[in-house]
Amino acid sequence: MEKTWNNKAWFFVLPVLLLVAFSAVIPLMTVVNYSVQDTFGNNEFFWAGTDWFTELLGSARFHDALIRNLVFSAIILAIEVPLGILVALAMPKKGIWVSVCLVLMALPLLIPWNVVGTIWQVFGRTDIGLLGYSMRALGIDYNYVQDPIDAWVTVIVMDVWHWTSLVVLLCYAGLVSIPDAYYQAAKIDGASRWAVFRYIQLPKMGRVLLIAVLLRFMDSFMIYTEPFVVTGGGPGNSTTFLSIDLVKMAVGQFDLGPAAAMSLVYFLIILLLSWVFYTVMENAGRDRAVKETAE
Amino acid sequence: MDFSWMAWTWPTAAFFLAIFALIALMGVWEYASPGGSPRVGVLRFETTRGDRLFVSLLGSAFICLAWLGLTEMALWWALGVCLVYAGLVFRFV
Repeated sequence: MEKTWNNKAWFFVLPVLLLVAFSAVIPLMTVVNYSVQDTFGNNEFFWAGTDWFTELLGSARFHDALIRNLVFSAIILAIEVPLGILVALAMPKKGIWVSVCLVLMALPLLIPWNVVGTIWQVFGRTDIGLLGYSMRALGIDYNYVQDPIDAWVTVIVMDVWHWTSLVVLLCYAGLVSIPDAYYQAAKIDGASRWAVFRYIQLPKMGRVLLIAVLLRFMDSFMIYTEPFVVTGGGPGNSTTFLSIDLVKMAVGQFDLGPAAAMSLVYFLIILLLSWVFYTVMENAGRDRAVKETAE
Repeated sequence: MDFSWMAWTWPTAAFFLAIFALIALMGVWEYASPGGSPRVGVLRFETTRGDRLFVSLLGSAFICLAWLGLTEMALWWALGVCLVYAGLVFRFV
């Protein structure tokens, strides 16, 4: 039977196209236009060519912020993904405690970024904050305002506290979708706890883990509000990530041309890394599915 | 309509026209030969024409950035390298 082609469905895509055009494409075009010009306001622009890009690529300030951001994202993924899986595995699958755990897990996600930053800023203070005061009482020389390592630890712990539950909820959704028959078959085969995790739970969580890794990578790579509220990018520049540096450049210094160039480079790095993550995890999942089918 | 707030220049307009023309061309190609011609190339995973265009454009952006950061030669040479790179991507990826 010949398939009937009907292109009317394309009209339903039109609203999305318009939305994306106004929210993403037009702003991106404007940023590209700004990146090759200089402006002092008043809608007057002067051609600068590729000068801002050349300046940015040779700038130690940009290199340092980029390295900080990559290290931060790597640490966040290394902590939040395994921790999220562990918590999801430990969560009950039936009974009243399911709702309790889900609500508890969802709570940090409901708190706005700036409020999280303020909570941790107060929490970490050595004079009135529970964390800072307790650390001092234990004899640990903790001061996130003056010590770069303490500032990093505070920002990382804050992010773990805020976002691990996203990984937990995604993994939990993957876990509860596994039919009981898989576990029964594993029991009959006498599979160990590790074997059940390795050959049943982990593969079945593959798709949601991909989403979790991508979301956490992109979010942590673009992190701004929480470290800005807690440390303001300091002490020195030790927690100045790319987004903080970008805002300083665009809003603080009103260097719109260099800031636009930096935005584009930032965007390209996120695009590249997200594509690599997506491709690697997608293909790993596909290979695994092919192998399972063959077996 | 006043688009002066977007700070348009001829080079950036030409850049976006080229991108849109490429996307339109891909649409025409797909219409002429539907299916996206999926294949497994040197990257050892399946790619379609759209994937190959994406890899070409993203790679070209990084070639241009590397050119600006590492050499003092004109960017036109980088454009030449990008075209060769895109040709290789469409042939082998």
